Amino acid sequence: MKLFAYLRSFVSTLFQRSAVNREMEEELRSHIQHRADDLERSGLPRGEAERRANIEFGGHERFRQESHESLAGNFLETLAQDARHATRVLWKSPGFSIVAILTLAFGIGANAVVFSIMNALILRPLNVPHAQNLYMIEMGKDKSPMQSYPDYADLRDRNRSFDELAAYNLSPAGLDTGNNPSTVWLYEASGNYFDVLGIQPYLGRFFHASDEHGPNSAPYIVLSYDYWHSRFQGDTGVVGRVVQLNKHPYTILGVAPPKFRGTELFYAPNVWVPLVNQEQVEGWSGLNERGTRSWLIIGHLKTGITPAQATADLNRIAAYLSNTYPKEETNITFQLAHPGLIGDMMGGPVRAFVSGLMLLASLILLAACANLGSLFAARAADRSREMALRLALGSSRKRVLRQLLMEAVMVAMAGGIAGIAGGVVLLRWLSTWQPVPNMPINVIVNPDAGVYAVALLLALLSGLIFGLMPVRQVLRANPYQIVKAGSAGEHGRRVTLRDVLLIVQITICAVLVTSSMVAVRGLMRTLHSNFGFQPQNAMLVEADLDMAGYHGDQTAVMQQRMVDAMKSIPGVTAAGLVDRPPLSLGWSSSVVFPENAVDFRLSNAATEAIEYRVLPGYIEAAGTTLLAGRTLTLHDDKNAPRVALVNQEFARKVFGSPANAVGKYFRLSEKERIQVVGLLQDGKYKTLTEDQQPAMFFPILQAPSSASWLVVRSSRDPRQLAMAMDHKLRELDAGLPFSVKTWNRELDSALFASRVATVALGVLGVLGAMLAVTGIFGMAAYAVSKRQRELGIRIALGAQRKEVLQASLGRAFRLLAFGSFAGLLLGIAATRVLALVVYQATPRDPIALCGVVLTMLALGLLATWIPARRALGADPLVLLREE
Amino acid sequence: MTDQAQILPGTLDLLILKAVSLGPLHGYGVLLRIAQISGEALLIEQGALYPALFRLVRQGLLTASWGTSENNRRAKFYELTADGRKRLRTEAEGWNRLAVAMATALAAQPEEI
Repeated sequence: MKLFAYLRSFVSTLFQRSAVNREMEEELRSHIQHRADDLERSGLPRGEAERRANIEFGGHERFRQESHESLAGNFLETLAQDARHATRVLWKSPGFSIVAILTLAFGIGANAVVFSIMNALILRPLNVPHAQNLYMIEMGKDKSPMQSYPDYADLRDRNRSFDELAAYNLSPAGLDTGNNPSTVWLYEASGNYFDVLGIQPYLGRFFHASDEHGPNSAPYIVLSYDYWHSRFQGDTGVVGRVVQLNKHPYTILGVAPPKFRGTELFYAPNVWVPLVNQEQVEGWSGLNERGTRSWLIIGHLKTGITPAQATADLNRIAAYLSNTYPKEETNITFQLAHPGLIGDMMGGPVRAFVSGLMLLASLILLAACANLGSLFAARAADRSREMALRLALGSSRKRVLRQLLMEAVMVAMAGGIAGIAGGVVLLRWLSTWQPVPNMPINVIVNPDAGVYAVALLLALLSGLIFGLMPVRQVLRANPYQIVKAGSAGEHGRRVTLRDVLLIVQITICAVLVTSSMVAVRGLMRTLHSNFGFQPQNAMLVEADLDMAGYHGDQTAVMQQRMVDAMKSIPGVTAAGLVDRPPLSLGWSSSVVFPENAVDFRLSNAATEAIEYRVLPGYIEAAGTTLLAGRTLTLHDDKNAPRVALVNQEFARKVFGSPANAVGKYFRLSEKERIQVVGLLQDGKYKTLTEDQQPAMFFPILQAPSSASWLVVRSSRDPRQLAMAMDHKLRELDAGLPFSVKTWNRELDSALFASRVATVALGVLGVLGAMLAVTGIFGMAAYAVSKRQRELGIRIALGAQRKEVLQASLGRAFRLLAFGSFAGLLLGIAATRVLALVVYQATPRDPIALCGVVLTMLALGLLATWIPARRALGADPLVLLREE
Repeated sequence: MTDQAQILPGTLDLLILKAVSLGPLHGYGVLLRIAQISGEALLIEQGALYPALFRLVRQGLLTASWGTSENNRRAKFYELTADGRKRLRTEAEGWNRLAVAMATALAAQPEEI
């Protein structure tokens, strides 16, 4: 009962502080009025009566204070007092406070950002019901996530471990709602896609397996919530409307719920279309080809089935497929992967990289804590007299410790909040960032409650950790000794925990600086490396003729007309056309057999080569060097024998050497016998970090494709040129969706991974450098302040500047040198990993290594500058007088 | 006012409980009542009353509610709770025992030993 009353009083004081104050004030005023009434009745004038009443009441403020205490607000009161005092103390040494808060803010901020990214990409499952047992099926040793449609059908119908399996694929298409055609990004999905995932429509309905009745039988589209808002202004009347998809009529069935962004984290689609309509969407259909692998397969495991059991079940099907279709399926195996990042294809590197970042970020936080610990310890030593005095005057140790802890926690909170605020700004920007122009590639990495909780917890934890570091000092302090002698006695250990922490921290910093230098240098070299084409002074136009309704022979005619139109622009030196330029997203490849092959199963292939279909003129426009033979001409058409240009790697793989490749033959299948007429230089095709790939270039007239990228070479100003090109193309066909950009811009997608790695490492490197500066600064400042008197005496006795510096800062520099050296070695080791992500990142680069050494030296000088000034400025007279 | 007795520490709470037990009172009323029932012998420093009142409320011995005083002013009135009544009884008994003991002790004569 009493406890209850106490708690009620406590809680009401806690939450209704001002109301309680007001009430108390009113009660005291009422008291004084009553007293004044009485005095008035005894004959005093009202004014005098009130004055007397006030005086009689006594110390207003004191009673109020006592009343407060009896109201149980006591604990909070002292806490607030501590907080006020701590703020005052921190305010009085702004240098220390700012360094401490910034140090922590960087540590916490870096962790909040990296943790959010990890949360978005790795920890948080896809936003679908029961995501924990959702798996993707991958094939073979190289974990290819792409499967053929017939394989999908077999897997779907023969497995015993999945509830159901859905297949999907990512593709662009042209959508015309009546005015302007534009490109939409879509998922071609099996009919059961939404049912497998358990997603309910926000509006209208979804398509189902029962809607599929063979090729092009399901002209339906489902809109994503975002696209419905941006393109249709959230109009609920869109359901049932007919729109033109690649010039074919499609009915809008419904709208997906707001939170559903598809099943790939990086790729949020605008619309979903049934995959049976692949031919209309992509211009061709591989639904019947067992060897054409382009579908991603996902599904929920049945309850009670383990992933291992499911894998065994899948491999039973793999054995069946290998036996039944020996031509297409040679020794295939299946395994499971987590969905969301195109299986392990992107998932593997992304997970490794983000985990690495997380490790570095936590190292940074650790370094920040170590840093703050030594800062606080140094401060506690400086304040030992104040502490001793307070203890001597009767303050309890508990109270002093509470005070110190309060300061630490306040710094932690301020740093934590600043760090989170900075992190949120960065994350907001990241969430809206679209690294690849004109594509729906982005990741929502907005922090959620979990991130805030983790960050605040980290802040509080680090506050407690570094707040507790000076505690030993205070507990051991003998106030009598300290007040008498002036400072705490030296307890000489040669290597302290703080030294070790500092070395660790400098090492981390050096690793980060080394990695970021190497990455930046690698990126710079990449931009000037040999791609096998020259992106400078070249423009690209992406146009899909399917979307504009061109079919069959019309396509080739239109392609030629576009190239001719480009050539007619003044200042254009060369123009050509390719189905998909190298180093863009995606590629297609074919298996190549020797001319004399008879058995066309995959295991007999000479190699698998990347294929391009080009119009004559492409080789010149791309700036690729022809090493031998002839280039393609307009005579290499349907009626002429099949020919191709190949690169040196192709010649090496198929013919043994590039020297005599021209004139030789190879086969793609039994019927397709192709002669090599020219030899091209090697280049980069899929990614910048790939091993050298074989490549072949076919005349588009012999191997038709509706995908069209115009390549235009000119030294004119890109903007003017783009306008001229735009004008020409609209003249040709006003209804053609296309986009114009420089080739360098298109390469952004190829350079994406390197750039992200470089930026991330750069930021972490700068953070590490800042922490090293504050760490060395804290240590050096502490060393100088502790030995101020000794230095003063030395100076008085005639010590030279060099000797003073050596005495005061020698240790800091030794630690710096040791840490930097260790960090440099570790950094060189770490760059081997880096080379996987960043093209041409090599530690054997004198400029990068010199840069690291110079940076560390500069950091050391910067950090010791102020303490050095203080050491040299030690005035013996002042010091001796003070003591 | 010079012959007023200083109240002993710890007795203020008891006096307040007693005063309020005779009927609901506001703070100033408590002062007047104590002066009245002690025959003007005990006077309490005005401001010191309130911390004691708040303490008693917090302990659940009194309840407080706003009302209008005889002077037609807003005032906070204090009332005894059941707990307060019980406490008043035990404290009063304790005090009476002490008072009797003290009186007996002080009245002792040499011949009684």
